[in-house]
Amino acid sequence: MASELARQWRPPRRIESAAKRRIILGGVALYGLVALVTLDIDPARIAEGLSRTGAFFSGWLRPDFVTRWTDIRAGLLESLSMTAVATAAGILLSVPLGLGAARNLVPGPVYIASRGALSMFRAFHEIIVAILFVAMFGFGPFAGVVTLTVGSVGFLGKLLAEAVEDVDPAPLEALTAAGAPWASRVVFGVLPQVMPRVLGLALYRLDINFRESAVIGLVGAGGIGATLTTAFSRYEFESVSAILILIIGLVFAAEVISGRLRRRLL
Amino acid sequence: MPVLEHGEVREWRRRTTSEQWLRFLGALGLTASLVAAGAAISAQTTWVFVLDAGLQLRDLGMRMFPPDGSYVGALARPLLDTLHIATLGTALGVVIAVPLAFAAAGPTTPSRVYVRPIAILVLVTSRSVNSIIWALMLVVLLGPGMLAGVLAIAFRSVGFVGKLVYEAIEEAPELPVMAMETTGAGRAQALAFGLVPQILPTMAGVSIYRWEINIREATILGLVGAGGIGMALQASIDALRWSQVSVILLGILGTVVVAELVSARVRQGLR
Repeated sequence: MASELARQWRPPRRIESAAKRRIILGGVALYGLVALVTLDIDPARIAEGLSRTGAFFSGWLRPDFVTRWTDIRAGLLESLSMTAVATAAGILLSVPLGLGAARNLVPGPVYIASRGALSMFRAFHEIIVAILFVAMFGFGPFAGVVTLTVGSVGFLGKLLAEAVEDVDPAPLEALTAAGAPWASRVVFGVLPQVMPRVLGLALYRLDINFRESAVIGLVGAGGIGATLTTAFSRYEFESVSAILILIIGLVFAAEVISGRLRRRLL
Repeated sequence: MPVLEHGEVREWRRRTTSEQWLRFLGALGLTASLVAAGAAISAQTTWVFVLDAGLQLRDLGMRMFPPDGSYVGALARPLLDTLHIATLGTALGVVIAVPLAFAAAGPTTPSRVYVRPIAILVLVTSRSVNSIIWALMLVVLLGPGMLAGVLAIAFRSVGFVGKLVYEAIEEAPELPVMAMETTGAGRAQALAFGLVPQILPTMAGVSIYRWEINIREATILGLVGAGGIGMALQASIDALRWSQVSVILLGILGTVVVAELVSARVRQGLR
């Protein structure tokens, strides 16, 4: 009897009540069904598109770096410049906002204002921000730099604030007890503790900015994305493939290098 | 900590001379490349258009305000579509990502030489191509519509979820798996009872987090024809109906905030 019971043992369920479990699973299945139905799949159009896969993939398999090389080179250099400037500007601007959004450093109103500003910066997708900045600043990489800067400030500021809130409070207390003013407490009590993490995050953001710079060109904000869109609208899939291969290669290289650097910093 | 000796006098320095030079040259190189990058961008910029940005902003603000209240009703369907794209895309992405993660993780891969590098390459490719670029390609193949959006979201999510899950597999202690095997369990049984319970919370957390990101991404896929609220946004921008654009932006903002709250709640519950 005992061995029979032992054989029938099952791990405990996460949701204990069987009825509740069925309702949840049924709900999920129902939602999936409804969502699938709304997809409006048009088999005729898909068949038509798939008949073009030949041209599409043959373009893919023969990446053409040569025909548009001057455009591709200019686009890549522009993307790299945008990435560098936006990341630097983002770091500079995120420090005051990030410190302002740390609860243990500033009074309530400053905290709320800084948090609000930071979440506003992250609320919209980069593409939407880029559309607005292109409308404001005109086409070209400047709008792209501003877009990437806004994204970087939102990202770095929030993570800096979290890092500052997690610091060991003992050095801060010691500085306060010794009568140090606010600026000295930040420079000697907080920054040494958060600097390695912030540098690591900045390197990570450098990666992200390069990846994003390939995308915001779609709405006119410059960079390799603009070159990519042009190639797409000309149906030059050989060039599209070449550009994507370069982006993937560069992102991969950046990831490896920044990963190494981050590991050395931490 | 280097100590320089000048005859009798010993001087303490924080860094050796070569370290100091290295840091100085590094800083110089960094500054120089930043200046060069700034100059390159400045050369490509029409500064007249930048300088009247204040004017443009005021103009844009006046066109966007007041938001067109009558347009709110037309937003429900595209917003729901956006939600569907994000949810179905995330689900499909997770389904593809998990086997890939097992193939890519050192302890579980069937073959370190053949399978592992391919799985890692697939994950990296998926992550390097932004979902809107995936959408651009899929719209060419499948035609405009939500299906392209769902697949674009899924293809981008595979890399993200797969990477974090395979890292979780590699970090999980191996002892439970070994214990299972010593009791005579097969490989699949050992993994199912020794490893899966360890990575399940990570998997769930990562999936929810990616869902939150995907809601944000799904709002813009429509710009290239892949369904959702972005299609409405593109239509209103093309028609210069900025009072509708502001309504759409508010709708997106609301959805993103709600998704963020839901995701934060669920992730807290998982801990």
